[in-house]
Amino acid sequence: MPDQDEPDWVDTVVNGVRHEEVVDARTTLADFLRGRLRLTGTHVGCEHGVCGACTVIVDGAAVRSCLMLAVQADGAVVETVESLTDDSASGELTPLQDAFSRHHAVQCGFCTSGFMMSTTAALREGPVTDEAQAREVLSGNICRCTGYTGMVAALLEVGSDDQH
Amino acid sequence: MTSTETRPSTMIGRSVLRREDRRLLTGAATYLDDLELPGCYEAAFVRSPHAAARIVSIDTSAAAAMPGVIGVWTGADLPEIAKGIPPKVVHPQLRDVPRMPLPADFVKFVGEPVAVVVATSRYVAEDALDLVEVEYDVLPAVSSTGAALADGAPLIHEGADDNVAVHVVQTAGDPAAAMAAAPHRLRERFSVTRGGGHSMETRGVAARFDPTTEQLVVWDTTQSPHYVRNTLAHLYDMPEDGIRVVAPPDVGGGFGPKAQFYGEEAVIPWVARLLRNPVKWIEDRRENFVATMMERTQVHDVEIGFDDDGHILAIRNVFEHDQGAYCAGLQVPMITLSTLPGQYRIPNIHTELIACYTNMVPTSSVRGAGRPQAVVAMERMVDRAAEHLGMDPVEFRRRNLVQADEFPYRVGLTFRDGSPLTYDSGNFPLLMDETLAAFDYSGERERQTAARAEGRLVGIGVAAYVEGCGLGPYEGSRYRLLNDGTILVTLAAAPQGQGYETVYAQIAADALGMDMDLIRVTTGDTGRIPFGQGTFASRNTATAGPATLQAGDEMRGKILQVAEAMLKTSAASLEIHGDRVSVADDPSRSVTLREIAGAANVGKHGITLAPGILPGLETTVYFAPERAAYASGTHAVAVEIDPETGAIDVLRYVIGHDCGNVMNPMLVDGQVLGGFAHGIGNAMYEEPFYDETGQPQSTSYLDYSLPSSMEVPPVELVHIHTPSPLNPLGAKGAGEGGTIPVPAAIANAVEDALRPFGARITSLPITPPKIVDALSTDDLDGTGPWHG
Repeated sequence: MPDQDEPDWVDTVVNGVRHEEVVDARTTLADFLRGRLRLTGTHVGCEHGVCGACTVIVDGAAVRSCLMLAVQADGAVVETVESLTDDSASGELTPLQDAFSRHHAVQCGFCTSGFMMSTTAALREGPVTDEAQAREVLSGNICRCTGYTGMVAALLEVGSDDQH
Repeated sequence: MTSTETRPSTMIGRSVLRREDRRLLTGAATYLDDLELPGCYEAAFVRSPHAAARIVSIDTSAAAAMPGVIGVWTGADLPEIAKGIPPKVVHPQLRDVPRMPLPADFVKFVGEPVAVVVATSRYVAEDALDLVEVEYDVLPAVSSTGAALADGAPLIHEGADDNVAVHVVQTAGDPAAAMAAAPHRLRERFSVTRGGGHSMETRGVAARFDPTTEQLVVWDTTQSPHYVRNTLAHLYDMPEDGIRVVAPPDVGGGFGPKAQFYGEEAVIPWVARLLRNPVKWIEDRRENFVATMMERTQVHDVEIGFDDDGHILAIRNVFEHDQGAYCAGLQVPMITLSTLPGQYRIPNIHTELIACYTNMVPTSSVRGAGRPQAVVAMERMVDRAAEHLGMDPVEFRRRNLVQADEFPYRVGLTFRDGSPLTYDSGNFPLLMDETLAAFDYSGERERQTAARAEGRLVGIGVAAYVEGCGLGPYEGSRYRLLNDGTILVTLAAAPQGQGYETVYAQIAADALGMDMDLIRVTTGDTGRIPFGQGTFASRNTATAGPATLQAGDEMRGKILQVAEAMLKTSAASLEIHGDRVSVADDPSRSVTLREIAGAANVGKHGITLAPGILPGLETTVYFAPERAAYASGTHAVAVEIDPETGAIDVLRYVIGHDCGNVMNPMLVDGQVLGGFAHGIGNAMYEEPFYDETGQPQSTSYLDYSLPSSMEVPPVELVHIHTPSPLNPLGAKGAGEGGTIPVPAAIANAVEDALRPFGARITSLPITPPKIVDALSTDDLDGTGPWHG
C-alpha cells in the first residue's frame, strides 16, 4: 500500500534565504541542497562521512551533509560555500579563499568547498597559530591533489590574523 | 609569414595564480553532476556480488514495474553494444579476452556491472536494484598472482591453458653470464599491493541524444575525451562526428583510472539514445571501490650482481603483474619493464614480465603507472648490495649513476613505444648532490648514530628514479581569433586540476607576444578540436605545450600579416601592445585585434578580400614527440620507528626533482607535493584487501586509509632543470614524479632503522603490524640492545 503519511516538510534558512519545501524523509541534506536548491557548490565525495567534501555549517557547526537528512535541518540555519562570497565576478574573495589561491591549496577543487566550510567553522572558534593546529583543523577532510602543504600555509596565514 | 624574431619569455616560468581558482573556491564550478540537464533520468547498476560466476538468469520484471522506473536492461537486452572494449596498449603476444560493457554470461570480478536501471531519480533507481533477481552459479575465484599462476589454478577465462595474459622478456648485454660471473649476488622477493586513484570526484557519465541532428552528446569525467569518442564510435558503429564527448570544465581529479574506458561509459549514452531522454550515472564511492580500475599489485623476484667496488654488473628481475579480470591495457607492466634500471649504468639486464588474469577489478594506470614497483625492486636491491659490502648506500649509488655527459643515454632495452630505450637528458649526479645537500645527509647520518646510541630506531632512505614522460603519439592546440579581438586556445586534453586554463595561456601569451588577458583556454571537447589523446603519463606540457607554442607563433604571423596589409607596412616593423597592432616607429598607425578579426574573419558578404588579408584567422598544430622525455628525481627521508607499536614517524623528507624547463613553478610544486602525498599513501597506508574468494574487504574510507593532513609529513623541494632536447619548450612531465620513489625510499629508511635487528621489509605498504612482525621473527641476525 502507498505510504499515507503526511508529507515531510523542511523549513530552513540557507545562506540567508528561507525555504519551505516538501521532501522525502530519506533525502540527505546534501542532495536537498544540490538537487532542490541547486546549490551545487556542496560536493558529495564518499557518502559515508569520511572525505568531508560535503561539509556545510548548520547552526554554527561544521557537519557532513551526506550523513544528515534534509528534515533534520528543519528550523536550522544552514551555510554553504556559496554564502562566503557574493557571486558576481567582482565579488571579493574572503581572506581564506584568497590565501588558498595564493598558496596553491586548490587543484581539482572538488574537496575545496568542504575545506572552506570546515576551516571557516574552525576559525570562528578561535585563531589557528601553529602548524600542528592547522593540520589538526584540516584533518577532517581529504584532498587527493595538493598534499595539504598549501592549505597549511594558507590557514596559518589567515588563522593567526586578529580579525578571526 | 611567420615571425622569426626572438621574443623574451615573459609569462613562461612565472608562478601565475590560477584562473580556475575563483570558481572552485566560491562553489561556482561545474562538475559533471552539476550540469543542468532538465528532465534527466538517473541510472544505477546491478553489480556482481561474486568474483567468479556464471549468470544463470536475470529477472528484471519486478524492477521494471516499479513506479518511477523508466527501464531496466541486461547485457542480453543490449546486443548492439555487446562488443569487447579494446585494450589501450597491447602486445603481439597478449592473450586478450573481450571485456564486455555488460557481460551476459559470466562475471569475473565483484562489482562487474550486469544490468542497468534507469529511473526518475537515483533514489528510485537504487530501490529498483534490489528487485532485480540475478541467479548465479558461483565458480572458484582467484585473488592473487600467486594463486593465478599456481599449478591447477582455476581458469579465469575459459578456453585457455593457464591464466597468463602475456609473458615478455627484455634483455640487454648477457645477463646470465654476467650474473654467473659476478663476485657478489643477492636475491629478494618484493611485493607491492594494489592501490587506487581515489579522485575525490568519482566517475560519471551523462548523455543526451538529439534526434534532429542525430548528435549524441556525452559528458564524461574522462581524462581522454577523444579516446572515449573513438571507442564509442567503434562500439556503436557510428561515425565519430555523430558523437561529441565533453569533459566538463571541472573534473574532480583523475590520477589514471579516469583515462580508461569502462562499460558504464558505453551503456549510459546508449540508453539515453534509446530513450530519447538525457540519462546520467554518477558512480558512488562504494562502486568506485569495486568497479574503478586500480593498479600496483606486482611481485618481483630480483637478483643483483655486483663487484667488490660496488659496480652493478647485472640485474635480473622477474615479476608477476596482476592484470585483473580483463586486460584494459598493458601500459603499466610494460612501463615497469623499462623503468627497472633507473638512473644506473647497468651493462647486463634481464627484465621479465608475467602478467596474469585474476578475479579482481581490472588494473590500469594509477599515478606512477608501473614505475613505483620497478623503483622498489631496483632501489631496495641497491641498498641491500651496499649493506652487503659495508658501503654507504649513497656512495654505492654514486658509483653507478649515468653521468651528465652520457646523454642521450641508451639503456639497451626497448621502450613501450618500440623504440630503443633512450634517456634524452638529465644530470643524476647533480640531482643526488643537490638533494643530499638539502637533506644534510652527513648530518642526518650523525644524528642517526646518536639516536641509535640512545636506543632509538632511526633510519635513512634514499631512492632515485627516472620517468619516461611526455609520451606520444601527439597532442594538439588550436587557436582562433574571435570576432571580439580575443584569442581562444583550444586543447584536446582535459584537465583534472592541473591548471590548463592558466598554464597554456602563459605559453600562448609568450608565443603570441600578447597579454594573457586577451587569451582564453578551453579544453576537453571533441566538438571543438577533432583529434587528441588526453591527460595521462605526465605528457601534456611536453606535447600540448610545444603544440601551443608553435601554433601561437603561427597565429602571430597570421595576425601580423593581416595587420601589415591593413596598415600597408611591413610585418617586421609591427608590434603588438594590448589589443592593438601598431607600427613600431609610428604608433599612431595601428589596428585593433577586433578590426583584424572584422577584416579577416567576418568580411563582407560577396565582397572580395583586400590583398594580403588572410581569410579566417585560425591555426591548429599537432605536436608529435620523437620519443619520451625523461624526468628524474631523488628522494631522501629519515624515519623513526616506534618498536612497541610499529608506527613510522617521518622526521625529514627532501624531494629532488628534474622535470626540465618549468612553465609555472607554483603548479609544478603542487604536482610534486600532491604526488608525494599519494606516494605516502602507497608506502604506508593504502591497502585494498581481497579475501581468497575475491571479495574486496576494504570498501570504505574507514577501512582504506587515504592520507589526511596528519599523515602527509612536511616536505622540502629541490629542483634542477635539464631541458629536454625533444621539444622546443625543453619540458618534461611533472605529474607523477612525486609519487614514484616514495614507497622505495620509505622502505629503505625503515629497513635502515631496523638494521640493528637485521629485520627485513619486503612488502608494501609498510604498516605497523608488518614492522612488529618483522621484529618478532626468530631469525633476526642483529644484536642490537633491544634484541632479545
